[in-house]
Amino acid sequence: MIKMTNSQKVIRFLANNTVPILFLVISAIGIPLSGYSANYLVSEVIVRLVRNSFLIVSLLIPILAGMGLNFGMTLGAMAGQIALIFITDWGIVGIPGMFLAMIISTPISILLGWWCGKILNMAKGREMVTSYIIGFFMNGIYQLVVLYGMGPVIPIRNKALVLPRGYGIRNTVNLAGIRKTLDNLVVIRIARVPIPVATFALILLLCLFVLWFKKTKLGQDMRAVGQDMEVARAAGIRVEHTRVISIIISTVFAGYGMILYLQNIGTLNTYNSHMQIGMFSVAALLVGGATVAKANIRNVFLGVTLFHLMFIVSPMAGKNLIGQAQLGEYFRVFVSYGVITISLVLYEIRKKRELALAGQSLAQAQEAQP
Amino acid sequence: MNIAVPITLGKRFVKSFGLPRIIIALFLLSLFILAPIAGVNVGTSFSDTLNRFGMNAIMVLAMVPMIHSGCGLNFGLPLGIIAGLLGATISLQINIPGPTSFLLAMLFATPFALILGWGYGELLNRVKGGEMMIATYVGFSSVAFMCIMWLLLPFNNPTMVWGFSGRGLRTTISVEGYYLHALNDFLAIRLSRHLVIPTGMLLFFALFAFFIWAFLHTKVGTAMTAVGSNPTFARASGINVDRVRTLSVVMSTWLGAIGILVYQQSFGFIQLYMGPFYMALPAVSAILIGGASVNKASILNVILGTFLFQGIVTMTPSVMNSLIHTDMSEVIRIVVSNGMILYALTRRTEGAR
Repeated sequence: MIKMTNSQKVIRFLANNTVPILFLVISAIGIPLSGYSANYLVSEVIVRLVRNSFLIVSLLIPILAGMGLNFGMTLGAMAGQIALIFITDWGIVGIPGMFLAMIISTPISILLGWWCGKILNMAKGREMVTSYIIGFFMNGIYQLVVLYGMGPVIPIRNKALVLPRGYGIRNTVNLAGIRKTLDNLVVIRIARVPIPVATFALILLLCLFVLWFKKTKLGQDMRAVGQDMEVARAAGIRVEHTRVISIIISTVFAGYGMILYLQNIGTLNTYNSHMQIGMFSVAALLVGGATVAKANIRNVFLGVTLFHLMFIVSPMAGKNLIGQAQLGEYFRVFVSYGVITISLVLYEIRKKRELALAGQSLAQAQEAQP
Repeated sequence: MNIAVPITLGKRFVKSFGLPRIIIALFLLSLFILAPIAGVNVGTSFSDTLNRFGMNAIMVLAMVPMIHSGCGLNFGLPLGIIAGLLGATISLQINIPGPTSFLLAMLFATPFALILGWGYGELLNRVKGGEMMIATYVGFSSVAFMCIMWLLLPFNNPTMVWGFSGRGLRTTISVEGYYLHALNDFLAIRLSRHLVIPTGMLLFFALFAFFIWAFLHTKVGTAMTAVGSNPTFARASGINVDRVRTLSVVMSTWLGAIGILVYQQSFGFIQLYMGPFYMALPAVSAILIGGASVNKASILNVILGTFLFQGIVTMTPSVMNSLIHTDMSEVIRIVVSNGMILYALTRRTEGAR
């Protein structure tokens, strides 16, 4: 390894952390402009951490397997929502309701994840755009099931859930039965900021699982597949099988994540909640300094904090700066998409450069031989 | 043997044309057959289909140059649409009534399309192999960026800005009095009360389709096809690959800009803010339904695909509504269009990178 001077190290650090640094700057400008108190911001960020971390952690395993950002996590979100509709219909409330929802979502997620993985195996090299379209496609099927199937085919007894016309689920489902049940189970207050310990414990458990999983045989296989599919195949790893499993795991966790997310919010927007989830989760992960090929748990938490800090601050900052809150809203949408665009571009450019470098060093090595 | 021949022929046909396309075509055919039974006027339906065909065809045509040069499906179509929107709003700001404003809108949209397209093309040259995902997000982020701009740009024509504050453009702006039906009414043929053929709009599309077809047969056009089918070979034969790709992206972007103007003159409204957000997907799936693949497309694919796709979009609501009294058209549209894109993405493509 070549030794780097200090200035080179600094440049390298800046280059590798462009996006998080950019966000720190935006937040540093936005926070004083918004005029929010530190206490308010901290408690809001904690709420967002509780809401979103689990969903974002579900993105990590496909990245490990070299399949990029799994925009197909919306499939898991749909499974979670269907499960929540069922438990609301059956009137099962509280912690048992939540865990029942998780149990119901699991087989649906596995099925959807398996299907998604199979399709992604047919579209190697363009997994991301394919998973993105899969999300749209499944949204159509989801609407078919929830808007037309629920009622005549799948029995729904609770009249409050069903549209006045007699079938299909209403646009908003009140999840009063499980609202904040997990969040309020164990709460510690530090400087008047409530911290939902139980949810954090669950998130921590998932993080530990991911860390442990990376060390297992299957996790190592995934890493190998992610680095080079052909080499992995030559080493006797069932490449396709491994990739499908990584997507299944991701989808199942996304389903659980969606249930946690909605128990925090308390209402389900039947036809909208899942649509934006993929985009926001991916953006948050990238803001945390992850790339398409490399992501870890630190990125998740840093990302949620920075991304949502910007999200909380920008409408108010826009209002105080220009006099229009709408401007701040558009600004945060722009930043979310902009971040994903920049990260994708940087990743492709870096990949190309590394390929060129590898080619050069190979050529040098061959010339050096007598 | 007598039976075996048609079967193998049929199999070859299915293979070359693709099963999903056949299903979609049969579906549309059955909709047209069912229409009179369901009490839907076939004349009106056909007229609507033609109209929507004309509205969307140029945006579908905008896919062709980029597919030819190997840049994949142009999910970044919203960028071209934004150039068109800028042209439209500037034209309305100058406030010259009548069809002249349509020419002005085209004129003003062009420099934006060229500049944005050039930048977009240069970007895509740096990310070869990952174009489609990045194109999607270039489209999204430019739409979101323009949302901010529509609020801030100093437009002040009272037909366009919010009435009470006098600032910021409205979400939808009527083009009535400007270029509403500028092309639709040109030489329009009224066959009956229900069946109107928007000749002007169809001719306008035919003109563009002919230009693109002719262009693809010029030297530069052939070079474009060569770059798309085998970039290494193209480079070896002395073609500047990056320049040809940029040219194709500029063309696609410009066609997108013109496409949205044609759409507006028929639709009657300029849709700003999140309006262009998902406009790429219908155009992408239309050309795929027409028989194109990720790296192969022709003018015939455009015509066939737009007709099939818009036919389904127009026919399903009316026919389904009268037959089963439920409007499942939205679900069908989502499943058909995205299913088609999925099908195309999962095909093995020659010269895959």
